[in-house]
Amino acid sequence: MVESSTGLKKVFTYTTIILGLIVSLFPFYWMFIGATNSSADIFAFPPRLLPGDHFWQNLTALNEQIDLGRVIFNSFYVSLSYTFFVLALSTITGYAFAKFQFKGQDYIFGAILLTMMLPAQATMIPLFDTMKAFGWLNSYKAVIIPGIANAFGIFLMRQNMKKIPDSLIEAARIDGCGEFAIFYKIVLPTMKPAIAALGIYMFMAQWGNFMWQLIVLNDASMKTLPVALSSLVGLSRVDYGQVFMGASLSTLPVIAIFLLLQKQFISGILGGAVKE
Amino acid sequence: MEACLSQEKETRVSLLSKLKLTNKTAPYYFIAPAVFLFSLFTIYPFLRTITLSFFSYERGQYIFTGLANYSRLFGDEVFYQALSNTFIYLLIQVPLMSMLSLVLAVAMNSRFIKWKSQFRVGYFLPSVTEMVAYSIIFSLFLNDKGLLNYLLSILGIDSVSWLVDPFWAKFSIMLALTWRWTGYNMVIMLAGLQGIPADLYEAAEIDGASKLKQFFYITIPQMKPLILFSMLMSTIGTINLFSEPFILTKGGPGNSTMSLGLYLYNQGFMNLNFGYASAISVVLLILTAVMSYIQVKVGGKDNG
Repeated sequence: MVESSTGLKKVFTYTTIILGLIVSLFPFYWMFIGATNSSADIFAFPPRLLPGDHFWQNLTALNEQIDLGRVIFNSFYVSLSYTFFVLALSTITGYAFAKFQFKGQDYIFGAILLTMMLPAQATMIPLFDTMKAFGWLNSYKAVIIPGIANAFGIFLMRQNMKKIPDSLIEAARIDGCGEFAIFYKIVLPTMKPAIAALGIYMFMAQWGNFMWQLIVLNDASMKTLPVALSSLVGLSRVDYGQVFMGASLSTLPVIAIFLLLQKQFISGILGGAVKE
Repeated sequence: MEACLSQEKETRVSLLSKLKLTNKTAPYYFIAPAVFLFSLFTIYPFLRTITLSFFSYERGQYIFTGLANYSRLFGDEVFYQALSNTFIYLLIQVPLMSMLSLVLAVAMNSRFIKWKSQFRVGYFLPSVTEMVAYSIIFSLFLNDKGLLNYLLSILGIDSVSWLVDPFWAKFSIMLALTWRWTGYNMVIMLAGLQGIPADLYEAAEIDGASKLKQFFYITIPQMKPLILFSMLMSTIGTINLFSEPFILTKGGPGNSTMSLGLYLYNQGFMNLNFGYASAISVVLLILTAVMSYIQVKVGGKDNG
């Protein structure tokens, strides 16, 4: 190893990695810069690549176009409640599959795993009909509830809960702890890291969920950020400063969460991909 | 255990107390909500998609039309266009991206690289950004008067109609996909590389195997399950492509970037051809199943 790690190789490897990094990050820079510039500056020749003074103009203009407060609230409301329900359901279902033996266990778990392979788009038409029949169109319920039984979540929780020693659960039973209390008071607290990882993942997935929301949320007051943002681009006269502002706002929360909790997030992703 | 057994005897007393939450009944209670929701919102719609594909939706009514949707589908040029676009992405974008991810992962895995975790975060960022925002940024970047054409003009290259020319529009979609997912795959592959036992390389080193040989005879075989996993995820993502063509090109020009997902959306939710859209869904399903099957088979049993 040592003799081949020559200066030239180092320079070459670093150049490759840094170039890739610039390509990865430049669009973010451009987007945030664009949010502070006017439409004219963004498409000027040469284009302005430094912060401008249109931040407030863009923000207020965007707020007139789409009710920002409401749209941001919708996005948070939908993503947070979805995450909460996915976590509740994934932990208790994962626990049942990890720590109990019961009839039909393997078949049911196999069926749940198979649904992971099922593309969401393949069920959208009947699901839309169901939403219509339930009177859920244009409501938060249509976005939150159909997806809360989440195969990936159940799988991840089951994998993690298998590591809990049986003796711990057995001891609690002998102490007279009820079955739900065992789950809630003994199993759940040990699962904090896995719950955090799954929670971040689910929040981000729902935050960016687009196609289904586009289909079931038509009312301007119900739209989430991605849906509202996509309607901006459809306008006949697009103000790009506003568009960049909107894109920045809808990206900021996920970037912030990711940067704060990236260790849990990446390990959560890898937990699903890499076998131990 | 004693306490559990005596409790069990008591529960035989009445049927009602049999339903009590005990060691035996608990798992059924615990999985019941998820099983109910899966049945209602996944299994039922899945089966119903298949039935609906034999129906036609006219004036608010479903009318049985047998294989009419399928015969229409197989004569539908737009459908073929969407299908062939999907395969073009699968054959070009997915392998190129996987290769790029692997190369970057190998570079990142070099011992002398510092700030690995910082690099990793930077590379991972595109994949967590919200899909509409990133598609919009790309559409502006690729605009006729956009930044990319400006950069080309500095190099003395004529501007390209990225989103208006059928060839370049496809290229643009692939470019956007590559930007978004290369880092994600790189992080997965890097984790795999770090799991390869170092003594394999040391032994090869002693045998005098070149770096290139080590790459092909150690790295690639060891990484096969992970490469397949990441390609499978990319393949499924590509088959279900929607947001990128929806925002960047609306499937145009002349359906040159139409995807199955977008066509399904147009037919189902724009034209309200629910039966026809269901037939497209069935094709999506079959395609996903076949692709998963092939990649799992090629990978052998060792990658689960």
